[in-house]
Amino acid sequence: MLVATTVSSGVVVLVGAVFIACAVEMVEALTIVLAVGHTRGWRSAFEGVGAGLVVLAALVGAFGPALVHVPLSTLRLIVGGVLLIFGMQWLRKAILRASGLKAKHDEDAIYAEKVAELRAAGTSPGRDRIAFVMAFKGVFLEGLEVVITVLTLGTSAHRLGLAAVVATVAVVLVGIVGVVVAKQLSNVPENAMKMVVGILLVSYGTFWTGEGLKVRWPGNDTMLVGLIAIYVVVTWLLVWMLRREAPLVQREVVA
Amino acid sequence: MKSEASLPVRLVKGFGMFWWDFLVGDTPELFIAALVIIGAIALLSERGHYNAAAVVTLPLLAVLALAFSVMRARRASRSK
Repeated sequence: MLVATTVSSGVVVLVGAVFIACAVEMVEALTIVLAVGHTRGWRSAFEGVGAGLVVLAALVGAFGPALVHVPLSTLRLIVGGVLLIFGMQWLRKAILRASGLKAKHDEDAIYAEKVAELRAAGTSPGRDRIAFVMAFKGVFLEGLEVVITVLTLGTSAHRLGLAAVVATVAVVLVGIVGVVVAKQLSNVPENAMKMVVGILLVSYGTFWTGEGLKVRWPGNDTMLVGLIAIYVVVTWLLVWMLRREAPLVQREVVA
Repeated sequence: MKSEASLPVRLVKGFGMFWWDFLVGDTPELFIAALVIIGAIALLSERGHYNAAAVVTLPLLAVLALAFSVMRARRASRSK
């Protein structure tokens, strides 16, 4: 009974972290691709998307199997360290946004900015190189973050298959919603999702860093839930503190 | 005359830049903090009987690093 409980709590955290992180990255990639497609035509945009996916698949094919051969404690230490840094970066941004010290991520504004940028670039004869490059970069860079999230969380938890399935579901779901509602991606509560992802990634990062360094956590996997609780409280306290001070700093926006 | 770098060189450079932005970016303090955390916990966990200290210190240092980085951003916004 206890084993089932600990296994399920670890799996739930893994599924939640992978799903939300991949959905957020997909929203960002889709915003760029929609802006490119609507402004400069869909052919070059799709070619850029295709090329980005092929390069990503090649990277996964090349480095994915190699990860299996890395000793588990080394892998967990590297993964833990990367997740700790990545998670703290996400959480920091989310705290600054929630407290009004940083402008919130607005997909409508980003879409408008990209469209203006693409229109200003002018037209080129033949293949649209600008559209191709922008779609490629959008898919490749956001996709690389998805790949890193799936590989790091999946391999260290010995559930790479599950992580890949969850990531695929998240990407396909956001893709369908994005295509159906077109420019309404701003309705996705991205800032709140980023805060949740930040908390989950820092919790995982702390846990795996400890595992990689042979720290014996009380309660084993269940400690993940405790770590999440600690970071939720700390996040809430930091946001509350900064909001109290907000009139003093007049909620200035930092870049 | 400046020569154009070859494709493999540009790819390797781009890949390196991605990891630099990914891990360091505009928050070098968090990168340094992670290295300090790993070093400190490695020292504590070297000896088995320091496990309890490592269990407490690891999340505590992460919380302190996060708070320091957030306060640094707040100071930056105040000075603008």
